[in-house]
Amino acid sequence: MMKWIFAAMLLIAVVMGAGTGRMPQVCQSALNSCVDAVELFMYLLGGMCMWGGLMRIAEKSGISDVIAKLFRPVLKRLFKGLDPNGRAFGAICMNITANLLGLGNAATPLGLEAMKRLEQEEKPGEVTSRNMVMFVVLNTASITIIPATAASLRLKHGSAAPMEILPCVLVTSACALAAGLASAAALDGLWRGKDGK
Amino acid sequence: MSDFVIPLFIALIAAAGLIKRVDIFGEFIEGARENLKAAFEILPALIALMTAIGMFKASGAADIIAFALSPLTELLGFPKECIPLAIIRPVSGSGALAVYESILREVSPDSFPGRVASVIIGSTETTFYTVAVYYGITKVKKTRHAIASSLTADFTGFILSALTVRLFLG
Repeated sequence: MMKWIFAAMLLIAVVMGAGTGRMPQVCQSALNSCVDAVELFMYLLGGMCMWGGLMRIAEKSGISDVIAKLFRPVLKRLFKGLDPNGRAFGAICMNITANLLGLGNAATPLGLEAMKRLEQEEKPGEVTSRNMVMFVVLNTASITIIPATAASLRLKHGSAAPMEILPCVLVTSACALAAGLASAAALDGLWRGKDGK
Repeated sequence: MSDFVIPLFIALIAAAGLIKRVDIFGEFIEGARENLKAAFEILPALIALMTAIGMFKASGAADIIAFALSPLTELLGFPKECIPLAIIRPVSGSGALAVYESILREVSPDSFPGRVASVIIGSTETTFYTVAVYYGITKVKKTRHAIASSLTADFTGFILSALTVRLFLG
């Protein structure tokens, strides 16, 4: 998929640039963007390392267990029919905690582990189970508490208050997640009706 | 108020670590090192995509897309500067980062479009990538409504980002 997007952007840029007479700007971008990318990378590096370090302390201090306990009742309702003492449920709790703490590197392996265990416990075959969809939707909606990347870049570009977006981010994430889960539950009902299950 | 949240949060984590007798300095270094590696992982993609996006924007093609979609986005109160970001966000994480950076070069991070772009980056994820990777590890071939529901979440996020910025930061 990415190769098509990459190719399309480059080709359209050259054709459009030639058509609108903006070839000098296109040429300039072709030569300078890689330098901009490294500059952006340098800026993100500090923030990523700082939050990675802090979140690792949080994880080692048992904050993850506290969060997992807090979310257990909600998750029991969300993942209908899943054994709350099973291995899949445990992995789901860990994955959600890692997401909340912004531990992207830890969240993905935990999420994959949860998917494997869901498959073992629910044996969906080639068609996904309801709980798998729920879990994937939960992971495609961002539930991170601290918008660290956005804050670093806002600071870089001279924002007076890089973290002022925090309340907006929290409300937006929560609503987006709720909409995703609600639609997953509703569409699941539709699918069931169609399959006569 | 928001000046208190982050320092307090950091102090709280440090205090929790001390109480639980965690080697907080050693663990901090370890966690930072893990993310250092992760950051280097994304650099090549960032260079590729920033070059493509830079050329695309310089050619004026992005303006045409934004113009074509402007009736819809005006109706939703969504800033036209953020349209390219909304398009690439579900597809590519490094691509979204590159577009976000290019938006902040054009407008102030404290302007309306700058704030909306920041909320989008903070509150949405790379949908297609996540669905592909998560189902990739299983034998499941039919993902049913997983993509549709995930995109519903993204779309809600885009609309709400503009709405919340208006409400909270006016």
